[in-house]
Amino acid sequence: MFYREAGQFKTTYADDQALLPIAQDRVGLIIVLAIAFLVLPIVASDFFLSSIMIPFLVFALAAIGLNILMGYAGQLSLGTGAFMGVGAYSCYKLTTIFPDLNILIVLLLSGFFSAGVGVVFGLPSLRIKGLYLAITTLAAQFFLEWCFIRVGWLYNYNDSGAIEVPQRELFGLAVTGPHATPETRYLIILTIVAVMTLVAANVLRGRIGRSWMMIRDMDIAAELMGVRPLYAKLSAFAFSSYYCGVAGALMVFMWLGSAEVEAFDINHSFLVLFMVIIGGMGSLTGCFMGAAFIWVLPVILRAIPPAFELDILAATMEHISSIIIGALIIFFLIVEPHGLARLWRVGKEKLRTWPFPYAT
Amino acid sequence: MNLKKLSCTAIAAAAMVVGLPIAQAEDSLFMPSLTYRTGPFAGGGTPFADGYADYFNMLNERDGGIGGAKIVVEECETAYNTQKGVECYEATKDKGALAYSPLSTGITLALIPKASVDEIPVFSMGYGLSAAAIGEKFPWTFVYPTTYWNQLSSILKYIDANGGLDGKKVGFIYLDVGYGKEPLPLLEKLSASLGFEVAKYPVGVKEMQNQSAQWLNVRKERPDWMIMWGWGAMNPTAVKEAAKIRYPLDRFIGNWWAGSHNDLNAVGKSGKGYLAANFSGIGQDFPAVQDILTHVVDKGNSKVASRDDVGNVLYNRGMFNAVVLAEAIHVAQQKTGKTVITGADMRDGLENINIDEARLKELGLEGFSAPVKGTCSDHEGAGAVFLQQWNGEDWEKITDLIEPDNDTVRPLLEEAAEKYVSDKPDWQGQTCS
Amino acid sequence: MEALMPALDAVFLAPFRDMVSLPDFLIQVIWEGFVSGILYALIALGFVLIYKASAVFNFAQGIMVVFAALVLVSLFDMGVPAWIALILTIGVMGILALTIERVVLRKLVNQHEAILLMATIGLTLVLKGAGQLVFGGEPKTMITEELGFSTGSSDWEVFDGIVIFQHIDIAAAVIAIVMVAALGVFFSKTRIGRALRAVADDHQAALSVGISLNQIWAIVWFASGIVALVTGIMWGARSDVSFALEIIALKALAVLILGGFTSIPGAIVGGLIVGIGEKLFEVYWGPLFGGGVEAWFAYVLALIFLLFRPQGMFGERHIERV
Repeated sequence: MFYREAGQFKTTYADDQALLPIAQDRVGLIIVLAIAFLVLPIVASDFFLSSIMIPFLVFALAAIGLNILMGYAGQLSLGTGAFMGVGAYSCYKLTTIFPDLNILIVLLLSGFFSAGVGVVFGLPSLRIKGLYLAITTLAAQFFLEWCFIRVGWLYNYNDSGAIEVPQRELFGLAVTGPHATPETRYLIILTIVAVMTLVAANVLRGRIGRSWMMIRDMDIAAELMGVRPLYAKLSAFAFSSYYCGVAGALMVFMWLGSAEVEAFDINHSFLVLFMVIIGGMGSLTGCFMGAAFIWVLPVILRAIPPAFELDILAATMEHISSIIIGALIIFFLIVEPHGLARLWRVGKEKLRTWPFPYAT
Repeated sequence: MNLKKLSCTAIAAAAMVVGLPIAQAEDSLFMPSLTYRTGPFAGGGTPFADGYADYFNMLNERDGGIGGAKIVVEECETAYNTQKGVECYEATKDKGALAYSPLSTGITLALIPKASVDEIPVFSMGYGLSAAAIGEKFPWTFVYPTTYWNQLSSILKYIDANGGLDGKKVGFIYLDVGYGKEPLPLLEKLSASLGFEVAKYPVGVKEMQNQSAQWLNVRKERPDWMIMWGWGAMNPTAVKEAAKIRYPLDRFIGNWWAGSHNDLNAVGKSGKGYLAANFSGIGQDFPAVQDILTHVVDKGNSKVASRDDVGNVLYNRGMFNAVVLAEAIHVAQQKTGKTVITGADMRDGLENINIDEARLKELGLEGFSAPVKGTCSDHEGAGAVFLQQWNGEDWEKITDLIEPDNDTVRPLLEEAAEKYVSDKPDWQGQTCS
Repeated sequence: MEALMPALDAVFLAPFRDMVSLPDFLIQVIWEGFVSGILYALIALGFVLIYKASAVFNFAQGIMVVFAALVLVSLFDMGVPAWIALILTIGVMGILALTIERVVLRKLVNQHEAILLMATIGLTLVLKGAGQLVFGGEPKTMITEELGFSTGSSDWEVFDGIVIFQHIDIAAAVIAIVMVAALGVFFSKTRIGRALRAVADDHQAALSVGISLNQIWAIVWFASGIVALVTGIMWGARSDVSFALEIIALKALAVLILGGFTSIPGAIVGGLIVGIGEKLFEVYWGPLFGGGVEAWFAYVLALIFLLFRPQGMFGERHIERV
């Protein structure tokens, strides 16, 4: 009833090609952004901002990175955690070498290093694909993890072997380090994620994005139509790793405050993979849904026993949430392989025709 | 069904956004407990968490809390994962948390800067950042009773007393993460001054149960002594591998995280002779432990799997962690005259802690550990460790307390603390007169 | 050039001089590599069985190893005699196989192999959570002696030195060989085995001659469950039974690249190459890199191998080149 496109006529190509052609979608997005930018920082508690929203945004960005590679370009990767690590370590190196450089620039620059590493480990994709490629990305994962431990230069030869985030300021306001308030950190991450999502959405519907999807759907046909697999695949790896790298840098600088190598281990690669599967492969909205689902579900599950005064061990809830997430992954793969994003779309379709489901 | 799930999520989320109501009674002391009963290190995390919770519960049952205020222990599961640890911290810090014992080097490193801003002390008992022993630089961090570096110097003293160090070769096998690498700088410094040679054998976290390559290297290079900084599944595997290559186990010394019942029960008889450092007493023969048994375990209020688990090495260590914190609360209450204290009061309590022999006896822990005395500048108490030996079935204390080599270690700690704060221009230290 | 010589020597000559100077030690290194290679091969074998029959890349094989060992040990802890516990565990693995077939695989027939892989990753999470929920997360001791394995060792004096053989390692090698032989006979001589091969070659053709796919899938999952149990016992005896073991199982993926996804001999040979290779590399070359190279050696070897021979040593299926 409210969600109907009747009467919205497109008179120009630009209108027709818009990212959100339906007015209600645009309004909806504006409302969501307004809540995220204006309402949440004011009303939300510190815990909600720093332990739910910030990780959610970080993981959503990483999921976008993986989704570009997996959902759009069709290349399976298990090395997301390590690529995030490359971003984090290069951000740390850059900001300690050039302490006066604006931290936002440093964050965005650090993605280029992980893009470079991504391209190197993406090279095998020119010859192999599918499961075999997944295993070469495992090689990237373990080799890079080893480098993070063994190359002392990466963490400035700290005794602790961890990277510790120094305080950096923007317009006189602490944005990293312990003195940065959750609100500041949240708003910065939100801005970066929003802008990068917009960029991704536009790249994906442009020439490059289409060439990725052609490679994914049928590489030989794509090649015949003039898509060069070399460029298409390596650019997908570069883009994807760039996003993952920035996500990793944000994770350490805006959220954790310090990180050892275990913050980038294989389990994080899987975590992001689950977000992409549950959210929906080949959908940007899905990345946000998947990240919200995988990150928030355990937090909620953990809050259940104290809320109802049940005497359940924290560890037990941990196991239960592991079982639930595992079962849901299987459930989604069986029932709806395109994940939450697809459910969302189906819901919207229903709304468009409601209350006359047979009207079309 | 999806709609239902969605609305449930929405309600729960709404509750979370505004912040869950704090359901603490007025006169209670809130003690968060970051546990890891899951994950690859659950074997060590579980008894530690049990000992920690049981001691506070015993105080509640026996004395009605501390100074009349009940202690509320809330567990938060970290699975030894830094991200979850930070989340646990954020979730509990606003409930009036008095101190954090993160029980993982990664989480400790993440919390040290945060907690000092939020004015909550971090008590990393014998782990974490060794440099935090320097109170001037780390007002909010405490590492009683001693640090990894001091412990290493005690172990080296033991070696020196048993055949000398000069000209010997000491192998160092360690978990290849921040925790295991922590003592390396000291080891290298001391090897130069004491004239021994060091051979390093890193064990990756993923290779914890696959150490035959490291031990083959040990067999090749034949170090005179082996020292281990291990944790979790690494420990039993290392002792088994050492026995396999017939390395003399009485020349193989683990640190205090590499010498628990959980580690050696899996090895059994073949681990006979293996040594480990320790700073907390073994067994149930302490009045305080007996009180735990009568007031908590026998009433079914403990999470321990069996009554026999009480008194094992890590259980007692967790209990000792609680003892120090309880004592700090006691000191803080006396200093401030308040029953319910804040994190800042707790810090003062920790800094002025003085658990001497007499006090240990009062607490029902005579001979349990070395006395712990803190000052403004000394946040480690320079406690001593003793060595224990596995007799095939149980641990036996075989040495008296071995004092650390403070004269050598302290300047190095100060140097390390200086280095830690050097790239943090806004770091808040304190001055001690 | 002058500066380069010592570096070249350290990489290309010194390790070999080391090998020759202590031949007994070299034999020991190779033996250790051989034993861990066999264990990798056993895990890889579980993968191959399932992949052959159903084109499912079973990521859950590693956790099945832990799960099987945990069931066995926990049953024993509950007071069940060791051998009965072993039989019961086989039963549990059978039920698990049936459940997986019924609940997961049957619903996902004909899906893309990446989807199937992800389903098994989901399965991994479920088993991990359920295993810890039921049995607890703390490591357990494998009941090696109770199952009749000797924990002693024998020496072999050779080249003025000794090589130590653990009896349990010898047992692992023997059991692995027996198991591979049994599987070989099973595949070539029995009716079910032949049906299995038919399914592996062509699902639809197999269906059309009256072979029940569901039955075959349940059987291969059961078979790889038993392989997992054997692997769990052997690894457990070397260290202990804990969830940390799961990560080691990932190495079997590298083994598969070397051996090919569908070849049983390939899994064995690949396992041995990875096992022996990584031990030699760690012991003789590891010090050059600061040690710990075992963590990635297998994967990087697999990566290099992929660039030259993507189908593996014994792989049948031609990989689609791009």
